[in-house]
Amino acid sequence: MTRSNLALLVLIACVAALPLFAGPYALRLGTIACMYAVLALSWNVVGGFAGYPSFATAAFFGFGAYATGVLLNDGVALTLSVVAALISSFALAALLGTVLLRLRGHYFAIASLSLVEVLREFVNNATDLTGGGMGLNIPLTSGSGILADASFFFFAMWGLLLATAFVVIAVSSSKLGFGLACIRQNETASNMVGLNATLYKSIAFGLSACFVSAAGGIYAAWVHYIDPSDVFDILYSVKPIVMALMGGLGSPFGVVCGALLYLGLEEVVWRNYIQIHSGVLGVLIVILLLFLPHGLTSLRTSMFWRKAKHV
Amino acid sequence: MLAVQVLINALLLGCLYGCIAIGFSLVWGVLNVINLIHGSFIVLGAYLAWAAYQWLSIPPWFALAIAAPLFFGLGYLLQQLVLNRVITAPVLVTLTLTFGLDLILNNVMIYYFKADYRKLTLSPPMGSVSILDVVVPVDRLLATASALALTGLLYLLLRRSRIGRAIVAVRLDRDAAVLMGVDVKSIYAIAFGLGAALAGCAGVLMSLIFPISPLTSATFLGKSFVVCVLGGLGSVSGALAGGLLLAFVEGFGSTLFGPSHAITLSFGLLIIFLIVRPQGLLGRKGFE
Repeated sequence: MTRSNLALLVLIACVAALPLFAGPYALRLGTIACMYAVLALSWNVVGGFAGYPSFATAAFFGFGAYATGVLLNDGVALTLSVVAALISSFALAALLGTVLLRLRGHYFAIASLSLVEVLREFVNNATDLTGGGMGLNIPLTSGSGILADASFFFFAMWGLLLATAFVVIAVSSSKLGFGLACIRQNETASNMVGLNATLYKSIAFGLSACFVSAAGGIYAAWVHYIDPSDVFDILYSVKPIVMALMGGLGSPFGVVCGALLYLGLEEVVWRNYIQIHSGVLGVLIVILLLFLPHGLTSLRTSMFWRKAKHV
Repeated sequence: MLAVQVLINALLLGCLYGCIAIGFSLVWGVLNVINLIHGSFIVLGAYLAWAAYQWLSIPPWFALAIAAPLFFGLGYLLQQLVLNRVITAPVLVTLTLTFGLDLILNNVMIYYFKADYRKLTLSPPMGSVSILDVVVPVDRLLATASALALTGLLYLLLRRSRIGRAIVAVRLDRDAAVLMGVDVKSIYAIAFGLGAALAGCAGVLMSLIFPISPLTSATFLGKSFVVCVLGGLGSVSGALAGGLLLAFVEGFGSTLFGPSHAITLSFGLLIIFLIVRPQGLLGRKGFE
């Protein structure tokens, strides 16, 4: 257990104390924070560890939301539906991964982007099952008051975040994580030395999908109404990338910090400048990429090492 | 007769799709950047045509002449000031950067034009011609002809002019081009400017046919993706071939299975092509 992974677990433990002193609004923010952290951590497995620029997060978020929503409407319990969404999306992503991850660079990015479109159109057209463009109403699960409801979903999302963090830490310190780092650095060479790159990449893609999909499931149960343009929003694919870039690619602790920071900025902009919020997000992305290419960690290194680098 | 009508429609639409995608393909091929702002450039071009017609009653054909230099300048500056700074960075960085730029431009358009759908309606309308039972609207015919003319112009530019040859040289082998004395950064800026100009002109033509709204930019961008992958990157003929193929698949797909499945069909085709033939219909392997 490295120091930064320990810091991550401490940070997550601190977040759990939120319901002790906060109202429903802060709990809502906390739930979204946990959700964003899950998304960013998951993206980091395939984008940060393996170095594949995946834009498929929204696809699996929507998949999980709809899978859970449909199951809940059939009277299945919430826990069971979320677990079902998690397992099925792992299988789906691992299967798709064996095909899609043969592509590299731009081609993979576009293929993963179009996965979102394909799944959205499927959901849009399967009106009998999903309600199509009309959206899907999801029955209330607890309904025992606003605060109880808010803290229930907060803890659900928090638990998911904890599980994700454990898995991601386990991956990063295991043979799988080492293999993914090899793939990121030189895939051809790692194939040559006998690493089963296809298997590793598929598992990574599956892991990056399953928690996202569970987060989508909890989100669906939380907001009680989903429609394709909401849960298959391409922004769900881009936001985790921005968070990871903010916090510094590859490090789970940095990525979660990036997610929290991003949520803070988003909320401030959203509350105060609703008409231009997406433009401000764009400006933020541009500034981040031009001036802080390695995220917040580059603040520290550039302060101390800038002179040394050009010697 | 229905088949002939669908065929003609697809032919007309296919050339327009080619025109939409050609700037995107140029930028992707030459700069190795997936330009996510492309869709918003097209919509901005459509707004330019709409505004020119509504406020100054300049017909769209002449708006093309305004749009081309304006968008070229915009693209050139964007590349020189912003994108050239990270042009050597990995895919993720340039892709996310253009996404950020797209968010900004799209938000500006929503702010000034609102999200309402608008339509440029020519008065008097140009009507349509019908040969046997096949009906062809005249404005659509003219738009297609202009799209083909623009495509031909780009082809000539790349084939005949000195700058065009330099762009092709950078596309084929960047390092060799540097050694031959080509200023790569300014070629990048020119190529991006050309891509933007083509997007703006395509937008002007689109305003004659499709409703205009900032929300449609994602659709245009998606079409550009599909066309590029189908036809092959960075070549003029590839974009046209991809556009025609996409239009045929969409046209016949929506006649056979219903229009709601046309998008699924085209993106399914995209994924199949990416896996089976990533170099596209006319691309050469190892050429990207």
